Amino acid sequence: MSTPAHIIDQNLGHREEKLELQLNDLEKKLLNEFQKGLPLSPTPFADMARSLGTSEALVLKIVKRLQKSGVISRVGPVIKPKRIGTSTLAAMAIPEDQLEAVADAISAYPEVNHNYEREDQFNLWFVVTAPDQSHLDKILKDMELRTGYQVLNLPLVKPYHIDLGFPLWC
Amino acid sequence: MVLSEQDRRLIAEIQEGLPLTSHPYLEIGSRIGASEEDVIERIGRLQASGIIKRMGIVVRHHELGYTANAMVVWDVPDERLDDIGMRLGNQDCVTLCYQRPRRLPDWPYNLFCMIHGQNKERVLHTIDALVDSQKLGDIPHKVLFSGRRFKQRGARYV
Repeated sequence: MSTPAHIIDQNLGHREEKLELQLNDLEKKLLNEFQKGLPLSPTPFADMARSLGTSEALVLKIVKRLQKSGVISRVGPVIKPKRIGTSTLAAMAIPEDQLEAVADAISAYPEVNHNYEREDQFNLWFVVTAPDQSHLDKILKDMELRTGYQVLNLPLVKPYHIDLGFPLWC
Repeated sequence: MVLSEQDRRLIAEIQEGLPLTSHPYLEIGSRIGASEEDVIERIGRLQASGIIKRMGIVVRHHELGYTANAMVVWDVPDERLDDIGMRLGNQDCVTLCYQRPRRLPDWPYNLFCMIHGQNKERVLHTIDALVDSQKLGDIPHKVLFSGRRFKQRGARYV
């Protein structure tokens, strides 16, 4: 008995999607170990291979494959954002039926670089950057006037974490 | 640290990623007219000065199936803030941890941390485990899962 073609396709599509996320032990170890740092040597991939007990060719092959599939964004630096000025995290509590319209109004400010929804009474969260504090305050005030909703201004006071990459074991 | 023109060209070359070859720094050097040794030495200096926070494999957690993202906010008594902030910030599962101001009466929370996971259940489980292991049962907290992204623009240095 033959299976209809479209069902075969669906199954294949599903399997491929799952395969992309399935990493073998070597790949997981590679990601875990070297998010934190690369050996700063002329041959980083050979050094990585040595510590994993495999070959440079295989490390390069895995990295290329994971980069192509989008799991690895890059092998390279995480650069401290240039701080010419000041920034803040801000939040607004918007009725559900107006959320998209207000979100669009907020996104339209060039000073906003992240703007996203969170499941809470305060459901709109965004980061505002400006050359100086008075410019930042002016933007926040303008947002309140334009949207008719209050802005909760939550600037960073003190960081407590060390950036060692993304934990894959949580 | 003041960046030289050569530092800027180096950052511009590597910020999108190293070439995936045996001698990536040799190749970068050939693009900017520097030796392999000079490139490595400059990267080391940019790391020491904090402009490069780390060099490594940068993963996209969304593509790895880590689609649930929770901001957990805590109302910590001021005198316990540094202790709890540092302990939470050092947990493997916490990707960001910041003190931010309270805005009473609407917003009593002064400590923010970010936790990613493959689904909401696992993230909630991680948070429960944190509350247990760090003895935070008496600290009011709430969990805000992320929803739609309306705008996202990555930071670039040069």
